[in-house]
Amino acid sequence: MRWTETARLARSIDLKRALRSSYAKLLKPKHIWELNLYRLLIMRLGTAIPSIIGVVIVTFLITRALPGDPAAYFAGPNPTLESIEEIRQQLGLDRSWLLQLESYAADLLHGRLGTSLTTGQPVLSELLIRLPASLELTFSGLLVAISAAIPLGVVAATRPGSWVDQVCRFVTTVGVCLPPFFTGLLLIYIFYYLLGWSPAPFGRLDIYTAAPATHTGFYTIDSLVAGNMETFRASLAQLILPAVSLGIFSLAPLARITRASMITTLSSDFIRTARASGLPTRKIVIGYALRNAILPVVTTLGMVFSFLLGANVMVEKVFAWPGVGSYAIDSLIASDYAPVQGFVLFMAILYILLNLVIDLIYGLLDPRFRLTT
Amino acid sequence: MNETLRQFRYIVVANPLTGFAFILSALFIAMAVFAPVIMPHDPMASHSASALQSPHAPYYLGTDQLGRDILSRLIAAVRLDLSISISAVALAFVVGGTLGLLAGYYGGWSERLIGRLTDTLMAFPLFVLAMAIVAALGNSVVNIVLATAVINIPLYARLVRVETNIRRDAGYVAAARLSGNSELRILFTQILPNLLPITAVQTSLTMGYAILNAAGLSFIGLGVQPPTPEWGIMVSEGASELLSGHWWIAVFPGLMLLMAVFCFNILGDGLRDLLDPRSRT
Repeated sequence: MRWTETARLARSIDLKRALRSSYAKLLKPKHIWELNLYRLLIMRLGTAIPSIIGVVIVTFLITRALPGDPAAYFAGPNPTLESIEEIRQQLGLDRSWLLQLESYAADLLHGRLGTSLTTGQPVLSELLIRLPASLELTFSGLLVAISAAIPLGVVAATRPGSWVDQVCRFVTTVGVCLPPFFTGLLLIYIFYYLLGWSPAPFGRLDIYTAAPATHTGFYTIDSLVAGNMETFRASLAQLILPAVSLGIFSLAPLARITRASMITTLSSDFIRTARASGLPTRKIVIGYALRNAILPVVTTLGMVFSFLLGANVMVEKVFAWPGVGSYAIDSLIASDYAPVQGFVLFMAILYILLNLVIDLIYGLLDPRFRLTT
Repeated sequence: MNETLRQFRYIVVANPLTGFAFILSALFIAMAVFAPVIMPHDPMASHSASALQSPHAPYYLGTDQLGRDILSRLIAAVRLDLSISISAVALAFVVGGTLGLLAGYYGGWSERLIGRLTDTLMAFPLFVLAMAIVAALGNSVVNIVLATAVINIPLYARLVRVETNIRRDAGYVAAARLSGNSELRILFTQILPNLLPITAVQTSLTMGYAILNAAGLSFIGLGVQPPTPEWGIMVSEGASELLSGHWWIAVFPGLMLLMAVFCFNILGDGLRDLLDPRSRT
């Protein structure tokens, strides 16, 4: 599996040392490891920059390959060859690729992602309007996945071979096999069409409810901020099914790693000592073992986000969710390519930033990072 | 050989699911090969008189909006879906494997360059990268294969690089070098055969993801176009009929997808147990 690498990492982590250093931190003045965390942040930002440069180059190459000649488009109806050539010169399309890459990068630095042909609006602002909808969905999906996967993995690890372990095995095997768009459709059929429990699966709110005032752009949070419980309930009702479709697809790697990492931790010496000292099982499993077993789970989040951001596009289509994915699909169908390029770039940079955050969380959770860097 | 057979029997007995997956994959391949013979109806022929029939004889899995037989379309789609994913994985295997071999064996600037390349590809969410590639190259089966291959190349390149690196200075490689074999010969006769088991496992596991990826692209309208029978398109065609209660149009192709991916994933786990017993979990 793709996560064997992570599992190998999990095994190699010296847990005894981890525990010892978490005691050692008590002896160190607080500001020293705060300083180290800043250094970690700066070092990590340094490694993110080449990734961003690489992503910009790849999106540029994709831009060049995209069908449709922008010069022919701007030349209007009935263009002559001369007028196309003239516009090509104006747009700089006759220059060398390297110069074009340079001006493309300069445009990006100024936030110019081009203009959508269908709406006539700048792509950047259109993407930014739709981004909160997508993020709300992605994070809710992640929340569903984590809150199902971690308890499942922990319980499966405490009783290997039991029925919970079998359930865990079943869920992790079947979860990754269900295409998220199909899960979404099944959920709609069962919970909307057959049972009538959930509202019509179109968008973020039903037509009778007004959107809450924008603070974060997350309807559930904004409605809570406004104290409007009715809107909160309405937005949550729309959110549940797509979030569960995403969650089911992405919980498998999390549950697998939690289980594997917990089994390793539970068989280590310090847990044996804790058991021998007569600590309550609950405290051993949650307080000691899970705290140490969680690190490889955090590492897996990077892969989980790759799953989530991709599956988001399909789920947005199924639920008519007005996010960046639906926007990209609609633009593709209309052969409007600037939004598609913008979307790809946006998603890649978002993914790089999410990986950055994951690494920082890892640094926060792992005491060795603070002491040794 | 006898030893392998015994181990195979042991794995299948210990884990009947693996045996089931082996049988299922054989069935899928048979369906792909004999599709024209076993299809009860013409998968493309539409009859408005028999549109939206629920599953019953002679349409065992029902018909869609245009009166096309779903069972026949499902069988016809096996060939397309399997050939897309098999060729994509094969391409990723060859290209990614070669890059990984070069990087892992020679090290130095080739390793840095290839590492940078795979890192850049991995900086994209994989499905989004596939979307971008198909959007750029145009809607066709070949481009779906290319896109699916490209997103899998980094996985193979990384795996093979690490495994090659471990073996580069192994005793048997040093022995081969001392007895005067050329570097290229060592690469292909000493190192490559030892990498095959672990890459075979990876192949089976990525097959499942490749099927999902291709179906997902078709579902959102990229790649294979209707009326071609393909599982992702069939689910998307059935989506609009779901809220009228015609569940069978979307559900059966979805179940086929589920079974195909499930089968290859379990097969991968079984292959790992068979070929690489050390990493058993």
